[in-house]
Amino acid sequence: MHGLINRIIERFVRDTYGRNVWAGIMQELDLGFTEFEPMLTYENELTVQLLDLIAVRLDKPLPDVLEDIGTYLVSHPNVKAVRRLLRFSGENFVEFLHSLDDLPARTKLAVSDLILPSLELREHGPNFYSVVIGAAPGGICGFGHVVTGLLRTMADDYGALVYLDYKGQRDGMEIVEVRLLETAFAEGRDFVLGARAG
Amino acid sequence: MTDISVLEGMLNTLCPMHVILSKTGHIEHAGPALNKLLPQDNLIGMRFLELLQVKRPNIGPSMEDLRGTGGMKLHLKLRCPPCTEMKGVLVPLPEDAGFGPPGGAVVNLSFGISVIDAVRDFSLTSADFAATDLTVEMLYLVEAKSAAMAESHKLNMRLQGAKIAAEEQAFTDTLTGLKNRRAMDHIMERLVQSEQDFALMNLDLDFFKAVNDNMGHAAGDHVLQHVARLMVDEIRGNDTVIRTGGDEFVLIFNNLSDRKILAEIAGRLIAKLEHPIPFNGQECKISASIGSTLSCDYKSPDIDRMMQDADVALYAAKDRGRGCHVIYDVGLWHIGQGEQTC
Repeated sequence: MHGLINRIIERFVRDTYGRNVWAGIMQELDLGFTEFEPMLTYENELTVQLLDLIAVRLDKPLPDVLEDIGTYLVSHPNVKAVRRLLRFSGENFVEFLHSLDDLPARTKLAVSDLILPSLELREHGPNFYSVVIGAAPGGICGFGHVVTGLLRTMADDYGALVYLDYKGQRDGMEIVEVRLLETAFAEGRDFVLGARAG
Repeated sequence: MTDISVLEGMLNTLCPMHVILSKTGHIEHAGPALNKLLPQDNLIGMRFLELLQVKRPNIGPSMEDLRGTGGMKLHLKLRCPPCTEMKGVLVPLPEDAGFGPPGGAVVNLSFGISVIDAVRDFSLTSADFAATDLTVEMLYLVEAKSAAMAESHKLNMRLQGAKIAAEEQAFTDTLTGLKNRRAMDHIMERLVQSEQDFALMNLDLDFFKAVNDNMGHAAGDHVLQHVARLMVDEIRGNDTVIRTGGDEFVLIFNNLSDRKILAEIAGRLIAKLEHPIPFNGQECKISASIGSTLSCDYKSPDIDRMMQDADVALYAAKDRGRGCHVIYDVGLWHIGQGEQTC
């Protein structure tokens, strides 16, 4: 698994629950180090173990943890680059949804060895979509929950009002339904093309 | 008039940063993105060449000259601050009426590589670029690569730090913190390359074995640490003390070619080392024998030779009883003479 993914999980735990919680988790994993290097690669099994252990330690179901990670990824100031990079994909939330198909390719362009599951947007009717998430590399399950958290937070970011429903997993694919109730519900957060990367 | 509005509408969508020029070279219409550079009111009626300087190709000031550049890549520069560099291409319009201002031109503009500053300077948004324009993708890429590079840089810094720490450890004697034998080879190599005078001192502790045997290894370690501190205090900043073995040390003095000074240093070292060292209520008594040699005594200093000669001097010193210093002299090979300070 790409170190960036483990690093994001680490940052999520540390920034949300504190260093001590993270230190406890790493102690239990007993890997001989306490921080993940974002530019190195780790065994896939390790990421699965890490996520399971976090769920136990936080006393939360794994899907909830994953969704929180999705939210963290695009809202916490410590990882603000991710949110900025995502905002480059579209002027409004609908454009953003339409650009989701490109997301794995965009990610690859930034970090060539970071492989994400495929994403496909399906349009069922006016303001009714579903996002189909392909199998994650390395057999990590539940990437759809991360996408759910991410979409919910990006909708807020654009000021759109959405209703999201995780429909579960079938044949290794996950489906998240998106109902767009209002595109300009709130102000949304500011996004300037030319701001300096943080 | 319908024609021109159709043309304007098309161009506004396809190339939002265009201008339509009249036969006289004045701006008749400007694409919506150009409003970010100057308000529309100011733009309309302005001479194109007053707004922008054509840096390349080198042309005259007339509209005819400008029209002559049709199809060529134009290097332009905004005449007003922030004097942004721009790229452009011009298409002359037909002389007869029918398609835009007769004898006029359409110029499409872009920021080229200066776009990264331009989006900031002019607060551009993705609406200012045509849907097919890759500028926003390029900005995305620049930002993504910078973020990735920053992470890479951090990793490199951490690895560099770990490498330095590992090297330090590999070249350091862990008990005394002095340089070790491995470090000595590097230091010697540098010394010879620097072509400066230096002096070598081989120093063996006397009676150290007795301390170790009678008072235990803890006392021995304590003595070694004490001795190391003492020697480091005695030398100058750019001199070096190396622990080459159990109770054996090599001292290197840079820019030293005076036998008298060398003898004084050796005498001071021995005197200080002979002070009893307290350990757990007891006293450890040691001394030191020193053999030394000076690079200025050699036509072309050779490290192996000098080390060998310093050893000969050291054995001569030991021969004369403990606590002596002998400077190497060629006669020592035969009779055990040499300058000495006991």
